[in-house]
Amino acid sequence: MSSLSKRHKIELIAVGVIAVFFIVIFPLLNAHGAVSNFTINLWGKYLCYALLAISVDLLWGYTGLLSLGQALFFSLGGYMMGMYLMRMIGDLGQYKKPIPDFLVFLGWTDLPKFWVPFSSFPFASAMVLLVPGLLALVFGFLAFRSRVKGVYFSILTQALTYGASLMFFRNDMLMGGNNGFTDFKFILGYDLRDASTQRGLFIATALVLLVVYVALRLLSHTKFGLVQRAIRDGENRVLFSGYATAHFKLFIFIVAALIAAVAGALYVPQVGIINPSEMTPDKSLEAVVWCAVGGRATLVGPIIGAIGVNSLKSWASRAAPDYWLVILGGLFVIVVLLLPGGIVSIPARLKALWQRFKKKPAEPEPTSSGDSSASIPPASESKPSA
Amino acid sequence: MLKVNQLVTVGALALGSMVASAKAADTVKVGVLHSLSGTMAISETSLRDVLLFTFDEINAKGGVLGKKIEPVVVDGASNWPLFAEKAKQLLEEDKVAVTFGCWTSVSRKSVLPVYEKNNGLLFYPVQYEGQEESQNVFYTAEAVNQQATPAIDYLLEQGYTKFYLIGTDYVYPQTTNLVLLEYLLSKKVPIENIGGGFKKDDSGKIISAGKYTPFGHTDYQQIISEIKQFAAGGKTAIVSTLNGDTNVPFFKEYAAAGLTAEIAPVVSFSISEDEFRGLPAKQLVGQLGCWTYFQSIKSDANKEFVKNFKKWLKETKVPGIVKEGRVTCSPMVLSYNGVYLWKAAVEKAGTFDVDAVRAALKSGLSFDGPGGKVTTQSNMHLTKNVFIGETKADGQFKILKEFKDVYGEPWLLGKFKAQ
Repeated sequence: MSSLSKRHKIELIAVGVIAVFFIVIFPLLNAHGAVSNFTINLWGKYLCYALLAISVDLLWGYTGLLSLGQALFFSLGGYMMGMYLMRMIGDLGQYKKPIPDFLVFLGWTDLPKFWVPFSSFPFASAMVLLVPGLLALVFGFLAFRSRVKGVYFSILTQALTYGASLMFFRNDMLMGGNNGFTDFKFILGYDLRDASTQRGLFIATALVLLVVYVALRLLSHTKFGLVQRAIRDGENRVLFSGYATAHFKLFIFIVAALIAAVAGALYVPQVGIINPSEMTPDKSLEAVVWCAVGGRATLVGPIIGAIGVNSLKSWASRAAPDYWLVILGGLFVIVVLLLPGGIVSIPARLKALWQRFKKKPAEPEPTSSGDSSASIPPASESKPSA
Repeated sequence: MLKVNQLVTVGALALGSMVASAKAADTVKVGVLHSLSGTMAISETSLRDVLLFTFDEINAKGGVLGKKIEPVVVDGASNWPLFAEKAKQLLEEDKVAVTFGCWTSVSRKSVLPVYEKNNGLLFYPVQYEGQEESQNVFYTAEAVNQQATPAIDYLLEQGYTKFYLIGTDYVYPQTTNLVLLEYLLSKKVPIENIGGGFKKDDSGKIISAGKYTPFGHTDYQQIISEIKQFAAGGKTAIVSTLNGDTNVPFFKEYAAAGLTAEIAPVVSFSISEDEFRGLPAKQLVGQLGCWTYFQSIKSDANKEFVKNFKKWLKETKVPGIVKEGRVTCSPMVLSYNGVYLWKAAVEKAGTFDVDAVRAALKSGLSFDGPGGKVTTQSNMHLTKNVFIGETKADGQFKILKEFKDVYGEPWLLGKFKAQ
């Protein structure tokens, strides 16, 4: 098994240990009061962001498609779950009516037709995948068939999410307008405000993240993963080698949309609100920043980036409410200028630095591609075993 | 020797913890939950400033129940899920006794479940649409009948017969205009004299009244020409619930079309003195505003308040506070009143316990604030005076009329029936 290098074995073990910690130990600590409900809820949110960041990495890091529309798929997934949660409020809203509050306020007395099936959890869950998936299919098909590339693709995806946010801001959409959906009460019969429900959602999020991570890691070791990276590094060559690159890109685009949608669906019951400001282009950009800070094309990087940046944000907006934007901005500048490989490249860099220090100067170090590739991982990541 | 050492350590530890607990016993944590960054920061930082000023003022006089107020300031960053997270942090981690915060309806809606779950107490200071009465929120805010309907009363009294409704498309303007439609009809204004258009459901019932534009809309040419046409047929007033920077292109286009405050005045519910720091006041001279406080109120209490606030601004060392060109406005005064009402309620209850404080608030406490006397009501709202003002070139208002002691009523939809 030459394809599983030592580095990947270490990574696999580390991921296993961390996964056990998050999926078993952390919730147990919470159940016994050692970890507060607030903390576990907050980490649930971070893990949703990590999922979103990983979907950006799949597109940007591995395929070279800088999509600024991931927030749209994230929010669509969230909205679909939100519709189910709104139905579960029942008549416990402010108006004590059997339909959601904002519909009462808009003068509706009966449920609009397209709202009716969302009382069913399986239907809503299917919609979480179907609606963003179909949108990604149609948009991706048109964009990739016309060979929209590079910065034009970014602008197009940005326009798509901006247009959608304007649409959702309208009250006529019957999707809650500017306020969106909030004040959720129950999910599958469990009270959302109970600590145990939040713990369950946290475990579900951690599990999904683990599954997505492992699946994408495996994918990157297949021939498909190789073509994917080849498209990133030289699409024309791949095209002339006889691969229909548009199909590959479309598939990746849809998979990324689905991951983002599931992240959104898990996010909404944990934060308790979804509204159109979640699908503005700057939210997509934020996810790109997490990915860059962590280190792109690494899969672990985006997770570290999303958790790191967001916990810094949570901490700093409480500890230094006047300076936190400066702190965050400073971090981004540092990463871009000094750490283009992101946080995950730090160990390799330190190692290189240590070796240079140990061997003293002047000695020309013949680069054994194994170590130095860690800072530019995708180049020699795997050989197809098939 | 070892034992002595241990004893000393234990003693020091005990002393240390006593000092720590003594310090904790001397203060009470109070949350401040406003956006200090993002789109709402321009409005909300002023409320943070006035809250810190109020805490200092109270602390200088001995605090609340002998305890100094220790503010816990967090930044909601105009990000609604972050508001919910910060609210959770304030209640579950910092265990604040009370929170002062929120501006937009959506931020209030976002934190509401958190306050209800943890039985917290939030003071909300900004005019809002009503249709809500949570036991965990005290609304010092203007209800629709403390701003919009008094403004209509004033306009009717001045002989205006036609009303054009325009607003930004979200809950506050939509609800306000529906209430105004019912109110105007109940005042025998014929429906064809109400402009802006109506949206009806299948049964023909009006579910939306007035013209709506999205946030940040810039193109008002067509709407203004429609207004001009509408205004040609009689004495017309424009009732605006447009929010934020949209007002700049709106008033620019309004002036460009040759409209003036004499021809068809605009009464705005979202522009206060503080907004004129970002809007050109000169273009709005003569337009009307309606609030429960104006900086130009000529009472000793108000003069004292404005003077003390400006003095505090000059002296404060809190980072990030703008010191130049500051004014006071209604949401600021309602925040100020909120702190004093909470203090009065705590002192009446003799404890910081939320249930006891709520009961005290519901019993009808009064406070002589900068805008006159305010009195708490059993429905968690506030009885206060309402003022109609006319914009002057310096961004202040000339007070035209005062309504005394208006009762805050959150449930207004369907209240006014046409005969």
